[in-house]
Amino acid sequence: EHEVEKMFTLKPGRLPQADVKNIIFFVRPKLELMDIITDNVLREDRGRAPQRDFHILFVPRRSLLCEQWLKEQGVLGSFIHREQYSLDLIPFDGDLLSMEAESAFKECYLESDQTSLYHAAKGLMTLQALYGTIPQIFGKGECARHVANMMIRMKREFPGSQNSVFPVFDTLLLLDRNVDLLTPLATQLTYEGLIDEIYGIQNTYVKLPPEKFAPKKQGEGGKDLPTEPKKLQLNSAEELYAEIRDKNFNAVGSVLSKKAKIISAAFEERHHAKTVGEIKQFVSQLPHMQAARSSLANHTSIAELIKDITTSEDFFDNLTVEQEFMSGIDTDKVNNYIEDCIAQKHPLIKILRLVCLQSVCNSGLKQKVLDHYKKEILQTYGYEHILTLNNLEKAGLLKSQTSGRNNYPTIRKTLRLWMDDVNEQNPNDISYVYSGYAPLSVRLAQLLARPGWRSIEEVLKMLPGPHFEERQQLPTGLQKKRQHGENRVTLVFFLGGVTYAEIAALRFLSQMEDGGTEYVIATTKLINGTSWIKSLMEKLEPAPF
Amino acid sequence: MSRARADEEEYWHSSKFRAFTFDDEDDELSQLKETKRAVNSLRDIVDDDDDDLEKVSWSGEPVGSISWSIRETASSSTTSLESRDSSLPKGSSSYTALPKQASSYSLSNLFKGRNKLPSFQSLSDALSDTGVKNYAPELRRPKAEYKDYSSDWSPKDTVRRMQRGKVCSLERFRSLQDKLVLLDEAVAGNDGNVITAVLIFLKRTLRKEFLFRELVVRQVALCHLIHFLKETGEQKFLLDLLRFLDRTEEFALSQYREHLSIQDVEKRREFLKGCIGLPFSAEDTAHVQDHYTLLERQIIIESSDRRLEKEGGSEIFRKYPRKASILNMPLVTTLYYSCFYHYTEAEGTYSSPTNLKKTFKIPDKQYVLTALAARAKLRAWNDVDALFTTKNWLGYTKKKAPIGFHRVVEILQRNNAPVQVLQEYVRLVEDVETRLNLATKYKCHDVVIDTYRDLKDRIQLTAYRCKVERGSAEEEKIDSILNN
Repeated sequence: EHEVEKMFTLKPGRLPQADVKNIIFFVRPKLELMDIITDNVLREDRGRAPQRDFHILFVPRRSLLCEQWLKEQGVLGSFIHREQYSLDLIPFDGDLLSMEAESAFKECYLESDQTSLYHAAKGLMTLQALYGTIPQIFGKGECARHVANMMIRMKREFPGSQNSVFPVFDTLLLLDRNVDLLTPLATQLTYEGLIDEIYGIQNTYVKLPPEKFAPKKQGEGGKDLPTEPKKLQLNSAEELYAEIRDKNFNAVGSVLSKKAKIISAAFEERHHAKTVGEIKQFVSQLPHMQAARSSLANHTSIAELIKDITTSEDFFDNLTVEQEFMSGIDTDKVNNYIEDCIAQKHPLIKILRLVCLQSVCNSGLKQKVLDHYKKEILQTYGYEHILTLNNLEKAGLLKSQTSGRNNYPTIRKTLRLWMDDVNEQNPNDISYVYSGYAPLSVRLAQLLARPGWRSIEEVLKMLPGPHFEERQQLPTGLQKKRQHGENRVTLVFFLGGVTYAEIAALRFLSQMEDGGTEYVIATTKLINGTSWIKSLMEKLEPAPF
Repeated sequence: MSRARADEEEYWHSSKFRAFTFDDEDDELSQLKETKRAVNSLRDIVDDDDDDLEKVSWSGEPVGSISWSIRETASSSTTSLESRDSSLPKGSSSYTALPKQASSYSLSNLFKGRNKLPSFQSLSDALSDTGVKNYAPELRRPKAEYKDYSSDWSPKDTVRRMQRGKVCSLERFRSLQDKLVLLDEAVAGNDGNVITAVLIFLKRTLRKEFLFRELVVRQVALCHLIHFLKETGEQKFLLDLLRFLDRTEEFALSQYREHLSIQDVEKRREFLKGCIGLPFSAEDTAHVQDHYTLLERQIIIESSDRRLEKEGGSEIFRKYPRKASILNMPLVTTLYYSCFYHYTEAEGTYSSPTNLKKTFKIPDKQYVLTALAARAKLRAWNDVDALFTTKNWLGYTKKKAPIGFHRVVEILQRNNAPVQVLQEYVRLVEDVETRLNLATKYKCHDVVIDTYRDLKDRIQLTAYRCKVERGSAEEEKIDSILNN
């Protein structure tokens, strides 16, 4: 449409050959990326004819810092156009938007750089221009407060932006990630959550080990060698995935086997097709059936891969410890399993996740316990990790119990964060997503809808940051007259990241028969404990081997 | 120059390259347009990227397929939003798992799962209905705005323009007062990008001391400057700032971080030595001191071992050539190395394990684990034995393991210890159940048999008889016990 010849991913070195006049760099404003671009530009063959023109497009905002950097490298002048492309919120699914700003949490809580919040507010303004002004805004946390303030200010500064769109959303709930540091640290136990924990979902795609995906007989897979990882897209457009993604993994197997029976029954139908009309009908259904079959085959393979891991002894031990911490058992002393893991040199991130989890579930560790862990970690993984440990402390993930008071039990009890009788197959509570632990963030959303936050004032005060409510006036005529039994729609914005399990829990609430509220989710980034901790770690030089 | 710039703009506006006109509309409308464009173009990106994913993309199903007809019937019963959607050739299925067809505002109608057509079309459709589109397109900027780029914008206007991604010359803010007003405006605007830009300008045009002093009362700007200095690696400036602010611990850590960029070990060691006196917290001071001592040790060990290896006189290095140098390795790895190559050395030498243990106060548990792993790797079973043997003052020996014998067994097993060695330690596992489990798992028949004998469990013993080899010594042993 725009006569784009070819698209390349950014990498250092010479730019690929292409017979074009214009080359556009489409980038996030990050200094590392600027270095790559500099390299690209400097290696461009000056002698070639025709000369190629360079342009640069920053997403979502033009960065003067980056331009300064390019200037220092002496290449700024090579760019004919330097523009911005204001893409704040990217749709990931029918009910999910993400800014994909992976460093948002780090910037907000470690560097006190709130630029990502500015972008979040901008994104929300755009969303309101499209879907109507959101009449009610609730929030909890410093960042939430900040975003709400910016939104109100932006609205005041652009009085013309008052739009005549009938509002889709009734409520906006802004939640700081640091209000609930616990949830991302725990291992997610939904199907999608586990795929993410084990293989890491990147922009709805996942790369899987190829062994279980042997090429099909029909020769369709002949060309992919089984040595390359299998790449799959995961979203609700796939019927089967939509059905199982948010289930507890223990409930996935039965769905898959039921599906398998239905599909094979459908294929059996062909024997019963007698008339031409019946055969024709059968044939017309074939593509759909085949797609269903290949989808089923894929998910059965993925489920097998996951099962291998979830049934391993170490997974079980790790989960047991997590669940002990979350239910408040032995959070105040050095944990044997963690010590063993350090001794066996398990991945550092795993250790940090567990230690942080313990710290959060105990409102901070006893100084002696904290010092012991720190010493073991530094001796085993290297002293340079002092820097990472300091970052974790600054973010509040790791701390010593200063006040001498452990608030977590009160929070746990009041918000019913730990449920002993969890039903994984037919859940009746959000706690199914972590097989017992109900994510705090989602509990806050649930309680806001019913009976309202007034009932939990005490606990809200124990959690960091202010909680607040704002109203935005709607022009008369746009005010919603609610039909009886009609659901309210709430947009929950997680500032600093959200996990797939939390999304699953919110979808579960949307689906509840008597829920009365549907949720749409927005976030700065989709995270899991590993990617989150990684974003807080100090970048170290690669090991010499 | 401004004239030329305006001309250039004119060129772009009048030319056919519409794609580049985004800088025209100043308000949010342009962003809407861009979002819409983004969303539309995303489709291309998604399609382009991964053709091997076609298999799971379901939207390619032909009209008339089961799912299509289901949706068709479902959507006709709902409100206008949805029926608009169903007029599209086909709808990629949204939430079959979360049906809720009764609700009229399900967002999935507005932007669905990403793959292929319907998803993004529906978002743009939604857009076109909002009335935004009517006045969004080719809206020109009023001529007045083209006029002069260097004209007198107030600090506020300057900041606003910068927020929209415009280039603005800041040079005309000459007085300190002007500059500070500009900074305050930038901070009030909340856009970190603009704040940083103004800070770059102030940093270039103000004396350090002035800048620092003013930043003390402007915390937000201060945070941005620190972040910026970290990003760009302007270490010296950063350290000056932190020192000025008296943020001593941060200053110390920041300085310490520098060692990571020093490749040469001698220089790194010197640098770390300099870090010891920095104002860290008490524990960190100890850690940094240890870091320095460790590297110092490693340098000594490395140079002597490299020589030994080269000369070829030492059997251990000939038999097990080193895979990597020990420099910059963590303490426990160093201990393992020293248990592997220097186990028997006297405590006086730097490379001896006991010396390391003492110097770094390595806990018993950690030490035993590491030594065990290293000696087991070398199959030095006598050393392993010695690790757990303690003599009391009467001269009796006793086996003791600070880590529990089940762990000892695990480590030995991982290093392929022979059954004879293994069963000696399995026998020492205190908990009967664990002992039986381990013994069965690693086929230490003797231990299993003896345990059942001690438990006087005839049934289990009889059952176990089937598991041992016919006519073996074990079978005989079981028979003799059963017969007694």
